[in-house]
Amino acid sequence: MRQAFSNWFNNKGWIKLMIGIPFVWLTVFFLLPFFIVVAMSFGTNTMTQPPFSFGGEHPLLNFVGYQRLFGDWLYLRAFLTSISNACGATLFCLLIGYPMALALTRVSKGWRNILLMLVILPFWTSFLLRVYAWMGLMGKSSWFNQMITSAWNALVPVDWAVNFMPMMHSNFAVILVMTYTYLPFMILPLYANLERLDPSLDEAAMDLGTKPFGVFRDITLPQSIPGIIAGGLLVFIPAAGELVIPTLVGDASNPMIGRVINDEFAQVRDWPMAATVAVVLLILMVGPMMAYSHYQSIAEGEERP
Amino acid sequence: MRRRPVFLITILCFGFAFFYVPILSMMVYSFNSSRLVTVWGGFSFRWYEALFSNRQIISAFLLSIEIALFSATFATILGTMAGIALARFTRFRGRTLFSGMVTAPLIMPEVITGVSSLLMFVMMAEWIGWPGSRGFTTVLLAHITFCLVFVATIVQSRMSSFDRSIEEAAMDLGSKPWQVMRDVTLPVIFPAILSGWLLSFTISLDDVVITTFTTGPGATTLPLLIWSKVKLGVTPDVNALATITVVVVGVGVAIAGWLMNRAEARRETDARLAYQTNA
Repeated sequence: MRQAFSNWFNNKGWIKLMIGIPFVWLTVFFLLPFFIVVAMSFGTNTMTQPPFSFGGEHPLLNFVGYQRLFGDWLYLRAFLTSISNACGATLFCLLIGYPMALALTRVSKGWRNILLMLVILPFWTSFLLRVYAWMGLMGKSSWFNQMITSAWNALVPVDWAVNFMPMMHSNFAVILVMTYTYLPFMILPLYANLERLDPSLDEAAMDLGTKPFGVFRDITLPQSIPGIIAGGLLVFIPAAGELVIPTLVGDASNPMIGRVINDEFAQVRDWPMAATVAVVLLILMVGPMMAYSHYQSIAEGEERP
Repeated sequence: MRRRPVFLITILCFGFAFFYVPILSMMVYSFNSSRLVTVWGGFSFRWYEALFSNRQIISAFLLSIEIALFSATFATILGTMAGIALARFTRFRGRTLFSGMVTAPLIMPEVITGVSSLLMFVMMAEWIGWPGSRGFTTVLLAHITFCLVFVATIVQSRMSSFDRSIEEAAMDLGSKPWQVMRDVTLPVIFPAILSGWLLSFTISLDDVVITTFTTGPGATTLPLLIWSKVKLGVTPDVNALATITVVVVGVGVAIAGWLMNRAEARRETDARLAYQTNA
């Protein structure tokens, strides 16, 4: 018996265990929950504990939740708000992150390591506390808000003067804070992509008389498109499903989809509806997620099979 | 001679100001003696005193550390296995599914992972009567699951730049597969495993969304406590807590970076010396 086990283990068994244990774990704790959510989205909300049931002749053909989702402007608006906020954050991350990533490839090696560490450092500190830092800055009487207010008052006609900028609890605040927290996700893939580019191409173009901006437009930019897409999706996907930021600094009357899911769960206690919204969000994100893993490997210069 | 890229340097300074001004402002205001979080009332340590005498915060912190230690350790074991399996065994049934399950949680919106984990625990309680209540164990299981994919990704990418011939040499010399693993593979990929553990530890320590969904009464982690405090607005003791976090992490990362640079430099010197001795 022991001998048989030892033989099995030393031949195929070892490999089977190496694959099997994590495989089973992920199946139970990742794939199974995912199917449960899909099944739940066809359930019915009841007053029982837990608050759902499956009923009717065809329990898995109950599309009430989906009908409600596509018939109710509140859900559709939440999806639109999420997508537009996530697009806004992605755009700002690109506008700030691209020049930063490019600059990081141009500084000396000693500086580069220090600066890269400074890009990663906020990522190691608490996400929640980074959002919180902006709550302090955006409040009515904070120095930052007062500074922006004075600048505004100095520039616009007297009639438009304000006492403070209404920054908190708006989509502007959500986009600003998402840009802040997700910026490293944009810079790092872009940097990895830009760093691999061959500088002799730039020099050849320069020698042939191209202006620096022309070199950027014709040589650097086209080669960095995989990095732009990978970084952009790495910001866009989590931003679209963001829960913490819209809850803390967002507009409660125009919520993002993450907050809607959480409210359906925790406050309304309509679990099937929450599951329905989650399934639709997941379906919307499948395309971007597949595109991400495709462009990610191109940006890092791996060969595709 | 290249021209100095003035525009790029300017935007770099602006970018780093954008990264660090909010954090520095928060740190400065943690020493504010005024209860009003935005008005400066003089220098004081009162919020640090308030923080260290708050039993709720201390016990939440200890719980978070405990969960992070356990989940990072289990996630590292499972994630290393998954990473090695994906890098080494290119053909087995269900490999596509396996690699999909390792990639998807990395980028999936956290709220979906949270909802699905909660529903699974609820359904399991219905089907097999376990878990009876949500709390420490359910949070731990959820954390292990989403940390393990980060470890697997790090280990997999380290494995792909690893010279396979030394493993084959050990095999040819008669080592069993598990002995090759213990004596050759694991020592070589150890730095990747260590960074996977550290990443898992910080992710688990920091998580709000998945924890909110999977926790129950009596298992309030530090991020959950901060979350419930800051939902009501800005409070000065959170500033103090944030300052401590930033300083601890900053010093830790700086030391780690310095050690890594030194190890790198030593490796280069060794390689040069070895080269000279041979020549």
